[in-house]
Amino acid sequence: MAEMKLITGKDAIRYALIEEMRRDKSVFLLGEDLEQATFGVTDGLIEEFGAERVRNTPISENAIVGAAIGAALTGMRPVAEIMFADFLMDAMDPIVNTMAKARFMTGGQAKVPMVIRTPSGAGLSAGAQHSQSPEALFMHIPGIRIAVPSTPYDMKGLLKTAIRSDDPVLFFEHKMLYYEGGDVPDGDYTIPFGKADVKRKGKDITIVAVLAMVKKALMAADMLAGEGIEVEVVDPMTLNPLDMETIINSLKKTKRLMTVEEGARTGGIGAEIAARVAEEALDYLDAPIKRLGGMDCPIPFSPVLEEAMYPTEDSIAAAVKQMLG
Amino acid sequence: MEKGFLLGLYETMFRIRTFEEEVKRQFEDGNIPGFIHLGSGQEAVSAGACAALKPDDNIGSTHRGHANLIAKGGRTDRMMAELFARETGSCKGRGGCLHITEMSVGSLGANGIVAAGIIVANGAALSAKLQHNNKVVLTFFGDGATNQGKFHEAMNLASLWALPNIFICENNLYGEATPLAKHMKIKDIAVRAKAYDMPGVIVDGQDVLAVYDAVTEAVKRARDGKGPSLIEAKTYRFHGHHIGDPETYRTREEVEDWMEKRDPLKLFKAKLLKEFKVKGTEIDPIEHKILKEIEDAVKFAAQSPTPDPLNLTANVYV
Repeated sequence: MAEMKLITGKDAIRYALIEEMRRDKSVFLLGEDLEQATFGVTDGLIEEFGAERVRNTPISENAIVGAAIGAALTGMRPVAEIMFADFLMDAMDPIVNTMAKARFMTGGQAKVPMVIRTPSGAGLSAGAQHSQSPEALFMHIPGIRIAVPSTPYDMKGLLKTAIRSDDPVLFFEHKMLYYEGGDVPDGDYTIPFGKADVKRKGKDITIVAVLAMVKKALMAADMLAGEGIEVEVVDPMTLNPLDMETIINSLKKTKRLMTVEEGARTGGIGAEIAARVAEEALDYLDAPIKRLGGMDCPIPFSPVLEEAMYPTEDSIAAAVKQMLG
Repeated sequence: MEKGFLLGLYETMFRIRTFEEEVKRQFEDGNIPGFIHLGSGQEAVSAGACAALKPDDNIGSTHRGHANLIAKGGRTDRMMAELFARETGSCKGRGGCLHITEMSVGSLGANGIVAAGIIVANGAALSAKLQHNNKVVLTFFGDGATNQGKFHEAMNLASLWALPNIFICENNLYGEATPLAKHMKIKDIAVRAKAYDMPGVIVDGQDVLAVYDAVTEAVKRARDGKGPSLIEAKTYRFHGHHIGDPETYRTREEVEDWMEKRDPLKLFKAKLLKEFKVKGTEIDPIEHKILKEIEDAVKFAAQSPTPDPLNLTANVYV
């Protein structure tokens, strides 16, 4: 067993990049300000790997994603960074129309082994265009794998899997998790896509949460444990593929399902999970499904308003108690 | 220039023309579904440009991509089968006219989105640079694409990184149903190269040798590590934007004038006979061979099976 070290999410991502670049010469990075990274993830990488493999780009999201696609089609494994997930919207055409579809529309001739890493999420008073959680938008697009890690351990293991994947991967890194600590083993390990992780076992209710909401769900679970309520917290880890089996197995036991996300509730991750549960496992439920999420509202600048946008450990706990009524 | 090379250029152009005119007939007979964008009239651009490439160089292509792919070596039987939406097609009937591709001959794909291929071509050029394999990439696009942000982002990045990418604009004077003067203020797209500190060359797109020469120079520059070039080939499409286009934006007289005086096949054939002293008896067998090839391609397509709906979702993921 490798020795465990307490590191931040930011460093977990960084170690994954370093180890994969050392392991495989076809892996390279491109993105804006990689030399003086906004969140520090790629700081220092150019010193080890040089400007050929750590490529600072102009502020041109279409050109970044397009170049990654072209490089992936011709034998490389690019890891592109889009500085804020909000800026994915600049590159929606190459992401949705080219990256996601190249393999299918060429009848399987093409493969696109690339990763787009991008910081998402609110919490920094960064306003409506630097705080979004657009993960669910991409669940609607066949052809894109989506990873949503919630701990440093998961970040490193899932990013290594993403880089080694022959499918294109959108890799969401919640900004507030960059500076959270967690135990991560030294050296190489990977985490498979499509396998949810039960972060806490419980028998009374299943909470499916992603990214920064996993921690809030766990805090709520701690609070509720003091009142004799045992919450099971399931982290899907990836949204495509989505491990419904683990979710359904959990709710077969608990008979209750709540979903918690930061993105807008309408058409969200919870909406999809709830729909699938309604189709496949409705009979196991003893109560209506509850979805918690961001309000259907652009994200405000004011810290007071921003905090009011999202589920908190208190609101999650209150909603659980209401469900168990 | 070697006679074999010149006849090869003619053969490529004749193959494109014969393929495209046959596709038009087959579409009108109801054998081909979807939208079809034909490249008749623009053959010299593809033929001249791709003749300057090596087999393992890459091309990026557009919604009017049949000619690009044929010139790069795409097989006409598989291409016809693709347009017939058959399992034996280049893309197994999953792509069609807008996405017709044969990656084995270096095509990175045709694109239904205007300018989409340009940014991808940069990535292949970056690959060549990182792999030190001395490959170049040639990306085709139309006049309309140069009004897209993607074109400008790609030009800037290619220039900045000295990518071995040759930007070749097939300026056929109309962005879909809008004449050039109604979609840009400038008359020559080549001037856009100035903004990115790369050579911008205008070439007669109906003259296959002129295209070949211009692209050869740009390819040399790219292979020498001196970066990208923009080549504007002034050309014309003989058919509408797609088959069935009512073409209210141009007169019949204009089209017929181009077909009569500026047909790249007629022009080159005359040049072969007159300037290069090629005999008509050397050209005839080539034309017969191609006519037979395309006839066989139609038979192959018509006899091929349609895709099995049971395999519908194959290749969404690896």
